[in-house]
Amino acid sequence: MKLAARHNNVLPGFGPTMGYTLLYLSLIVLLPLSALVFKAADFTWPEFVAAVSTPRVLASYKVTFGAALAAAGVNAVFGLLVAWVLVRYSFPGRRFVDALVDLPFALPTAVAGITLATVYSANGWIGRHLESHGIKVAFTPLGITVAMIFIGLPFVVRTVQPVIEELDKEIEEAAACLGASRWQTFRTVIFPLLTPSILTGFALAFARGVGEYGSIIFIAGNMPMVSEITPLLIITKLEQYDYRGATAIATVMLVSSFVMLLVINLLQKWSRRYAE
Amino acid sequence: MSINRSKTLTEQAAVRWLLTAIALGFLALFLFIPLAAVFSQAFEKGVSVYLTALREQDTVAAIKLTLLVAFIAVPLNLVFGVAASWAIAKFSFPGKGLLITLIDLPFSVSPVISGLIYVLIFGRQGWLGPFLESHDIKIIFAAPGIILATVFVTFPFIARELIPLMESQGRDEEEAAMVLGATGLQTFFRVTLPNIKWGIIYGVILCNARAMGEFGAVSVVSGHIRGTTNTVPLQVEILYNEYNYTAAFAVASLLAFLALITLAIKTIAEWKVQQQLKS
Repeated sequence: MKLAARHNNVLPGFGPTMGYTLLYLSLIVLLPLSALVFKAADFTWPEFVAAVSTPRVLASYKVTFGAALAAAGVNAVFGLLVAWVLVRYSFPGRRFVDALVDLPFALPTAVAGITLATVYSANGWIGRHLESHGIKVAFTPLGITVAMIFIGLPFVVRTVQPVIEELDKEIEEAAACLGASRWQTFRTVIFPLLTPSILTGFALAFARGVGEYGSIIFIAGNMPMVSEITPLLIITKLEQYDYRGATAIATVMLVSSFVMLLVINLLQKWSRRYAE
Repeated sequence: MSINRSKTLTEQAAVRWLLTAIALGFLALFLFIPLAAVFSQAFEKGVSVYLTALREQDTVAAIKLTLLVAFIAVPLNLVFGVAASWAIAKFSFPGKGLLITLIDLPFSVSPVISGLIYVLIFGRQGWLGPFLESHDIKIIFAAPGIILATVFVTFPFIARELIPLMESQGRDEEEAAMVLGATGLQTFFRVTLPNIKWGIIYGVILCNARAMGEFGAVSVVSGHIRGTTNTVPLQVEILYNEYNYTAAFAVASLLAFLALITLAIKTIAEWKVQQQLKS
């Protein structure tokens, strides 16, 4: 059936474009990534476990995954709110704000890093006011969360926004006709329809936060055991020419990002099925 | 404005106002204020200090290297993106979903790992390290390594923009052109290319922004040699770590300008693509 379909296709160029795609994909992505896997295969299993579970490495997982979880949670709540406001309400400058939501995609992470560190430092524009309430952001784990909120925000907004746009107004009318209050309608009718996309955005923001490096290192303080993220630990090992140690930790990170990719794919399938 | 809006189909005005205020307040704390701070810090000591910082020798060298890297990485990924989207969107074959997932893979890999894998291949202790050293070829801690790492992190941008766009356009127009006697290349340049023009612009502009702004992956392979292997983002880091904040923010403001231009072109391209899909 499939072969027949291809046979009927009069368009040329499948062979060369497919060949080039596979060649380029292999050379740039697959081969280099497999280098990491092969290097990790040098380890015996107990060696590997020992390398990736020293106290300093374990502390870095806790900081990285904990901050990413907190940031993704904040983004899930406020990203939903931002998406809702952008779709449903009109206010002056709405289109401009809508375009700026993508800023974290476009602004280089180093720039984000130094400006967040400055703004949230003890005498910065925002940090000054937090400091007077005894809250320190820059150079603490809280700073890591702030940077991760910045880079993760567009993921939630941009996955939830189209779903809100497509919501069928009729079901809201129906709920209202049946006597539901606006809050009841939101909680029992709208929110369940948005849940798959919120979870997808949450997972995307979480995955991005876990791997992030540039925007975090300036604001984190980078104290071992306290505010040292795993990607930084990989770089530290590399700078000490400890390629094996770097490889082992990187392998853990790579496997965790594959697991997250799988979860995200499943969530996306779920939201698509939900949408239909 | 709210006259024809049934009371039950939207929130009360006070609630709307409150929610809008919270959303904008949140965006101000995490986006607007940090963005404004880049420019405020850059111009803190006046325009002449700003311009002097940008004319500094190492900074000029960093700008040149960044332009070179983007000039090579973006076209490579453009050719790939067009080839991949033609094969994937215009033909059906088994394993298509897997191929798309593999193309997206660099997005889910930490930038640090994206740099590390090239060190493991081309670095001194890497697979090809001894060979490269005996032939005096430098890849890691030199421009080729920076270009490779950049190509990796920007790999999916153009392809993932073009694949859904070309899929939604189907192949009727191309088939008509072929039946009418056009060659394959004529069909591509006269029929397909005009249809995907804005998609290409969208992909290229995002790819370019990431190529010029990549930090983590480039940081691993660059070696931070001043004036030689520092890209603009790495130069920002060095100046900042030397407590030369005004210069760091001056250089950073160039990248922030680039980001704003990118967002503007992206918004226009998005609008054009949507119009095209509607018609």
